[in-house]
Amino acid sequence: MSDWIEISSVDEIPPLGARVVHAEEMEIALFRTANDEIYAVRDRCPHKEGPLSQGIVHGKRVTCPLHNLVLELSDGKAVPPDEGCALVYPIKVEESRVWIKLQGVASKIKGSK
Amino acid sequence: MKEKLVLVGNGMAGVRTLEELLKIEPDLYDITVFGSEPHGNYNRILLSPVLAGEKEIGDIMLNDENWYQENNIKLHTGKEVVEIDRRNRKVIAEDGTTASYNRLLLATGSNSVLIPIPGNDLKGVVTFRNIHDVTTILEIANKKKQALVIGGGLLGLEAAYALKQQGMFVTVVHLMDSLMERQLDPEASSMLRETLENRGIQFLMETATEALLGEDEVWGARFKGGLEIAADLVVMAVGIRPNIALAQKARIHCDRGIVVNDTMQTYDGRIYAVGECVQHRDQVYGLVAPLFEQAKVCANHLAQLGFAQYRGSLTFSKLKVTGVDLFSTGDFMGDDTTESIVMKDVDRGIYKKIVLKNNRIHGAVMFGDTVDGSWYYQMLRDQTDISGFRGQLLYGQSHLGDSGHGGANTAADMADDVEVCGCNGVCKKDIVNAITSKGLFTLDDVRDHTKASSSCGSCTGLVEQILSFTLGGDYSEAPTAKPLCKCTDYTHEEIRQTIQRQKLMGIRSVMDYLEYRSPDGCHICRPAINYYLMSSWPGEVVDDPRSRYINERAHANIQKDGTFSVIPRIWGGLVTPAELRAIADAADKFNVSTVKITGGQRIGLYGLKKHELPAVWSDLNQSGMPSGYAYGKSLRTVKTCVGKEWCRFGTQDSTSMGVRLEKLTWGSWMPHKFKMAVSGCPRNCAEATIKDFGVVAVESGWELHIGGNGGVRVRPTELLCKVKTDQEVVEHCCAFIQLYREDAHYLERTAPWIERVGMVKIRQQLIEDGGNRKALSDRFLSSQKFAQKDPWAERTGDAGFETHEFFPLEVKVSHE
Repeated sequence: MSDWIEISSVDEIPPLGARVVHAEEMEIALFRTANDEIYAVRDRCPHKEGPLSQGIVHGKRVTCPLHNLVLELSDGKAVPPDEGCALVYPIKVEESRVWIKLQGVASKIKGSK
Repeated sequence: MKEKLVLVGNGMAGVRTLEELLKIEPDLYDITVFGSEPHGNYNRILLSPVLAGEKEIGDIMLNDENWYQENNIKLHTGKEVVEIDRRNRKVIAEDGTTASYNRLLLATGSNSVLIPIPGNDLKGVVTFRNIHDVTTILEIANKKKQALVIGGGLLGLEAAYALKQQGMFVTVVHLMDSLMERQLDPEASSMLRETLENRGIQFLMETATEALLGEDEVWGARFKGGLEIAADLVVMAVGIRPNIALAQKARIHCDRGIVVNDTMQTYDGRIYAVGECVQHRDQVYGLVAPLFEQAKVCANHLAQLGFAQYRGSLTFSKLKVTGVDLFSTGDFMGDDTTESIVMKDVDRGIYKKIVLKNNRIHGAVMFGDTVDGSWYYQMLRDQTDISGFRGQLLYGQSHLGDSGHGGANTAADMADDVEVCGCNGVCKKDIVNAITSKGLFTLDDVRDHTKASSSCGSCTGLVEQILSFTLGGDYSEAPTAKPLCKCTDYTHEEIRQTIQRQKLMGIRSVMDYLEYRSPDGCHICRPAINYYLMSSWPGEVVDDPRSRYINERAHANIQKDGTFSVIPRIWGGLVTPAELRAIADAADKFNVSTVKITGGQRIGLYGLKKHELPAVWSDLNQSGMPSGYAYGKSLRTVKTCVGKEWCRFGTQDSTSMGVRLEKLTWGSWMPHKFKMAVSGCPRNCAEATIKDFGVVAVESGWELHIGGNGGVRVRPTELLCKVKTDQEVVEHCCAFIQLYREDAHYLERTAPWIERVGMVKIRQQLIEDGGNRKALSDRFLSSQKFAQKDPWAERTGDAGFETHEFFPLEVKVSHE
């Protein structure tokens, strides 16, 4: 199971906030909801590449700081009527440690450029 | 087992209630809907364009059968309910279908009035109310030539216009001496008549129809006095009447309509009613906006939340007979106790009349240019004292000093590809398409779907015009007191009052107290609530960084590429060589790509990475420069000219005054950004008269100006007063800021705030009541004790506040 990489502890991410993770030249936003659920989304808004990690987190959503697009953290999809989808990464939390799976996803990023 | 909800009447009001209910409680009821028409729910107010051949029936469907399926709603189309068995709680349809209910919702709408004259049952005599009527009319219009429309009200004129478009010869007969006499004064009415006559519609005024002539099919009409004309099609459009037959039969109390209370309940507690069939506080409504307000209240009670109340709607008519802009509201006729301001420009086809009573708008009627209709309406509702700008009133909101976004002021004759919203590049046709294809009704809907007017908002009036123009007919969105955002039904004022009366100290407790719908609000309401808390309880409430927009959380401005800018405070625009050197050194050290002199007499460093911010701040702090709050809803800059120290025209020391004001007021959180300026003489080189608070020196002292704006809509300040001493300037400045902080809505600049509440109120609080001014100023100064901490200094060094905000987690990925 070398796919999973340990990246953080839950405590390092503020509740209703986010933390940026640099991994393999990628910028990933780690979000923590009010209920301590953790989500990982590529730190680029599908609209104009805004850094989602800087947005306001509410419910299971984040609002992009540049133009207020609202995205679902679970699947990266924009809340209708807006359109677009940000890349999300698989996450697991074990004993307050956060693990992420980058393989397979990384190639998708390159493909999308 | 779920409770059963039955809706009788598959129209706009009833289905809207279901939509509102499903939004709050999607799984509370098993829902059954009966509709007498064989369709889903369609947009009745778009029937005229269908009749005119501008739209197809498919275009105006709001909820097709899939919608009912997706929401597990059982739909019976083409089945008219003929009986309510209240004892056994079930409804019975014409064909014997029954459905039992725990709650019943009546939305039976209204029927067209059929005039009781001989021949009203002939073939070719129709009303104009539903899709069936429209298809009947279109069949006849395809074969025949002569149309007679009885009724010169809105519906009749729309029908007449549509039939003209279908190539018929159209005559309108009207009982009264002017068209649409309930919505227009005689002047506007005659302009309307002239416009329609130019389009080939004929009118017979003050004429009563005596009989319709024909054996089987109609071929003509006879009027009182004996005149007869030929007609193969007669459209009766003399009015509508609430459809209360079913309710009456079930012995539910009815008067003109089904009588309901403020929770939309009938006299039978299990039975609710909404829409045109309803009589509420003696009023019967035929416009869509009140129906939607009723739907919202009713859904709140069906969902068992039980707090919403319908208190009736103040309506206005923003009417569109295609290509003609009309608006009226309130008492536009006036009487002995009122005065009127009138403008008439026959060549341009413009007429405006505003009726005033005690310096407040009492009514208004407009023809041709209606872009300011909702502005007048808003002031009518708020009872704004207009004495301060009475001279500009007729010219509209954009003339209150506007030299910015001029452009078109009428949507009707605008070409499809004209750009309406310059911020988001939205053309007229984009908006029209979105309204028709997606079934939009409100300005907010249009903003969500097209982004038009959602940025700077200067095209709002135009978008509203396109909205009502496209929807045509009788839709008018009343600008009601709007909820703060979609998470709550409460307004800005209600939320602020609740915080203060209930002594709420945290965002969570506000949301719990107000029974929030969403788990933790959204990006609109959280910053607002955080502000109301901070400004209500200075020193007691702990700021919530997670409810701040990124700029105020990171104390720097985010740029389009995700980097940040740093702008230190430069007091009154005065800077020392040492400070300039420190800025230059920081720019060198951090490889700053752009250094710019800003519009507010400061120097900005652009392109910094977020993790560099604390180090840059630390360097600037060491040379004595704190944060300039260039990112905050707070005091930005105090612009000054050099004043009498150097300038041969200077009358006072404007730079010292600027520095003094800036030192007093920096760091205070406000509803929006706040800019000041101090000019040393009336030449006003510091441009003080487009600032939120502007000070202009004169020989005898200082002039104080408020509410200016140099942005989207340029608006000069209004003169607050003249004072003699420096101390008076300071006290007025602090008091004005505090009044703004306590009274304005979050994200409301001083200019729109003053336009909303009126200069009179502000003068009362700041000038006429000196004690109040002093108290405001004292409250401001005491809150400043907690506010004036340099956020940069707090965030630098190893023990800096919120360091996690600035430093990413680095992860090495090993490749085995």
